[in-house]
Amino acid sequence: MSSLLHQGRASYAFFERNWNLTKRYWGWEVVWLVYNVVNAISVTLIGAAAPELPGTKGLKIDTAPLILFLLIGTAVWSYLSVTFEGVTDMITIERWEGTIEHTFMAPISRFTHLIGSCWYAVAHGMLFTFLQLFVMAAFFHLDLSNANYLTAVFILLLGSVSFIGFGIAASVLPLLFTERGSQMSYIVRAVLLLISGVYYPISVLPGWMQPLARVSPATYVLQGLRAGLLDNKAIWSPEIWSNTWPLIVTGLVSVPLGVYIFRIAERYAKRTGKLKRNG
Amino acid sequence: MAIHNLEEMQLTENVVIDTTKDAVVIDGVTKIFKKHRPLLRWSRKEQKDEKREVRAVDNVTMTVKRREIMGILGANGSGKSTLVRILSTLLIPDTGHVTIFGYDVEKDERMVQRLINRVSVEASFFKKLSPMENLIYAARLYNMPGAEARAKIKSILVRLGIPRDRIGQPLENMSRGMQQKVAIARAFLTAPIVLLLDEPTTGLDPRSKLDVQTFVRELRTVHDATILITTHDMDEAEALCDRVAIIDKGRIVAMGTVDELKRAVAERMERTTPITMNEVFMHYTAAHLITDADIERYGSWEKAFEAFEARKEDEKE
Repeated sequence: MSSLLHQGRASYAFFERNWNLTKRYWGWEVVWLVYNVVNAISVTLIGAAAPELPGTKGLKIDTAPLILFLLIGTAVWSYLSVTFEGVTDMITIERWEGTIEHTFMAPISRFTHLIGSCWYAVAHGMLFTFLQLFVMAAFFHLDLSNANYLTAVFILLLGSVSFIGFGIAASVLPLLFTERGSQMSYIVRAVLLLISGVYYPISVLPGWMQPLARVSPATYVLQGLRAGLLDNKAIWSPEIWSNTWPLIVTGLVSVPLGVYIFRIAERYAKRTGKLKRNG
Repeated sequence: MAIHNLEEMQLTENVVIDTTKDAVVIDGVTKIFKKHRPLLRWSRKEQKDEKREVRAVDNVTMTVKRREIMGILGANGSGKSTLVRILSTLLIPDTGHVTIFGYDVEKDERMVQRLINRVSVEASFFKKLSPMENLIYAARLYNMPGAEARAKIKSILVRLGIPRDRIGQPLENMSRGMQQKVAIARAFLTAPIVLLLDEPTTGLDPRSKLDVQTFVRELRTVHDATILITTHDMDEAEALCDRVAIIDKGRIVAMGTVDELKRAVAERMERTTPITMNEVFMHYTAAHLITDADIERYGSWEKAFEAFEARKEDEKE
């Protein structure tokens, strides 16, 4: 019981620390929110412009579902970016500040350390994405009367588990390679979104990319969200279930696997002295 | 297992320590770092000449008794910090074993982490956060409730000379000396049974140094803490340490009380006037350990020392 209380307190320590950091870097929060909203608007405007684009002129196109289709892509892009960055940043920031040795010396399990940082990343990502969606809905005067919000939240939360697993595995990169690791984690994130059909169905991807799309949790999050928000599919509907079970499987596999990979990397870092920043 | 001090059990919650055991036992520890080959080789000759291995700690064996303040003296790059990192569970030794009150730093890592804390030479913090925010984070990691931690943090910081109005301000606006004091407060906060201080007073003004030294002594007196301190400051070593070990190129070259080491060097130098710790340090970390034969050959300890240092400089060039 006492040990559980300790791990709970430690887990909260990461949440509180990250919240304090967010408050101190509030200027950057505003910058990223504006950047993401502007980026999302410009992508979504492609949907609004569909009847005017070369090759579609003269065709009668209902732009509303297309706009919503793209908007969901931008929301997932934002959510995955913020959450993934939150997870990998727990190592990157500690590397830059030199606090990583202190954190690694604390008497807490690595699972507590990693999950403690992740649940803030999920909460941060959710808040960021809903703010973006709110602005976007107002900008495009979207009709969301047919949307199933319960399905959307369910799919996003379920997908978060897998994103956390992938994020933990990716945070090994900044652990082992101070600067390059952080750069590499950006590439991992971008590739994950590319193969997951962020603004298009995965059927348009080249053949060799499609097996990769099937193991990416973002694919099922995007499909599930689109089914819920565009077609009002309920959580228990077969369309949602076909995306739910792959997310359950990837979540069950990716989190323990991510923590396992991290532990191996930590041991390697302790053998080779890679935790040290300088001195 | 005999338990003599119930107070310590309360301090560490669920951790039982046998106070009859030595606090720190380092047994034949060696740590070698390998330099990695760069992906692109510009010059084959350069590669050949480069030394591939660095023996940071070389077969070190020593013990530190409970409530002892042990100093480790050594030049830059002599292996002091590597040794402290091994004790802190941040590095895994290649050979040998380290135990803290009988707990192995590798096998019983979590248990050891409950018993220790460390202050490193660089004050590592989230610089945008305030001392309070940084220390609350640390306190929670060590299972301290928020309210209790806040009161304790304020008391320690004020005691160390941090003005009350700075406790909530970002650390980035503080001087290096002040930041180092906050780092020291972070280690003291968790009342460790073994405190590892890696050059804790480097960069502090003389008054702050004295504050820290007083606090270190108090930690030993009040909390029965065992303290291992690395330093370049010979006066500090003399004032604070019960025993000192001198480390050179990863090896312990001398160990004993300050008086024992001074006596040994005075005898070697055939000096009747008092010997300083600086001279003791120079003797043991000289380019070549000066023997009786060297003194006879060059006429005096000083001349032998100068000759070997000059030879070392020539070799470097």
